[in-house]
Amino acid sequence: MYTTELQKTAKVASTEDPDKLAAFEARVAADEFIEPKDWMPEAYRRTLTRQISQHAHSEIVGMLPEGNWITRAPSLRRKAILLAKVQDEAGHGLYLYSAAETLGTSREEMIEALHSGKAKYSTIFNYPTLTWADIGAIGWLVDGAAIMNQVPLQRTSYGPYARAMVRVCKEESFHQRQGYEIMMAMAAGTADQKRMAQDALNRWWWPSLMMFGPPDENSPNTAQSMRWRIKRETNDELRQKFVDITVPQAGALGLTVPDPALGWNEARGHYDFGEIDWEEFYSVVRGEGPVARERMQARREAWEQGAWVREAAAAHAEKHSRKQEAA
Amino acid sequence: MSSDWPLWEVFIRAKGGLSHRHVGSVHAPDSEIALRHARDTYTRRMEGVSLWVVRSADIVASDPSDDAAMFDPAADKVYRHPTFYTIPDDVKHI
Repeated sequence: MYTTELQKTAKVASTEDPDKLAAFEARVAADEFIEPKDWMPEAYRRTLTRQISQHAHSEIVGMLPEGNWITRAPSLRRKAILLAKVQDEAGHGLYLYSAAETLGTSREEMIEALHSGKAKYSTIFNYPTLTWADIGAIGWLVDGAAIMNQVPLQRTSYGPYARAMVRVCKEESFHQRQGYEIMMAMAAGTADQKRMAQDALNRWWWPSLMMFGPPDENSPNTAQSMRWRIKRETNDELRQKFVDITVPQAGALGLTVPDPALGWNEARGHYDFGEIDWEEFYSVVRGEGPVARERMQARREAWEQGAWVREAAAAHAEKHSRKQEAA
Repeated sequence: MSSDWPLWEVFIRAKGGLSHRHVGSVHAPDSEIALRHARDTYTRRMEGVSLWVVRSADIVASDPSDDAAMFDPAADKVYRHPTFYTIPDDVKHI
């Protein structure tokens, strides 16, 4: 899965040692990796902490729309696959929390920020999964968009984040293929199944395009993040790439992308596509997504209901270490 | 009880961006000397840009006699690999 950088203002004004700052900028410009113990500007640390923790939160919340379908998957094969995928998302969340922790923010603080609603996560997970075809559409489109975003992040300038992305990308490729396979089965199925596949594409297409974040002219952090090599490609570049490879995939399924303005532009060598409803995007960012409240409620409940397990484990470890001391 | 200094495991980051990898171990009375020994023993030919030393006693390892129980369950989950899914050749970039 994936995150969007959602913070609108990044203060770059700095009172930091200009020599250190210059050395840092030079290292990054030379494509060197920055590691946890290296000196880094505070704004770099803040931006990364925010981005990586948002990315982690997205993986964790991303389990909810799909977990919702595990018991209802249409066969044992599909159930095992979906379970494996959701399990991967949990793992991705953990890799990313660990990477964020190397920047000096504790796991507890990050989880608290998510549960209190202070931290953001990808807007895509605030849409409901209404039919089995949605699970196909999520794998194909949402994970497809995530891969598009995460591939360049394997070369992001912060070492622990880049290494987490290498693992994530490797694991992610099955996610997209299993989704496309579901879409193939539905699109080649009964008239009802094909209708469900088309309906899922209709509902997930635009939210998937929004996953790349606001347009470049409205993304004040992009320039700084590109300069620091946190980001390697802009939101609009990645969105265009995604449209270019996904439209023919929809064609192969015999499905129609729900955008009357969509068309191949010979001169540009890219697909033109219609205007994205940014009002909807910002309202979902503000927490007004169709199922935003349910998502956070489910997270908080899982956390609270799991408290006894954490407490029991801590009590056991404590008892065990006392025994060892006594021995 | 051996009077040897404690054993330390040595990890080297070969270059920026790569993770630290285990290369071997050294004996040393404390962490600072362990780091110096590790540097002298394992990085005489520009093997790396960063060193970690960890007391060997602090490493918790799986028991090889449990390896079937630990790792075999992954063997029949081929659906975790992208090649499990058949996608037509004319569908690209997936």
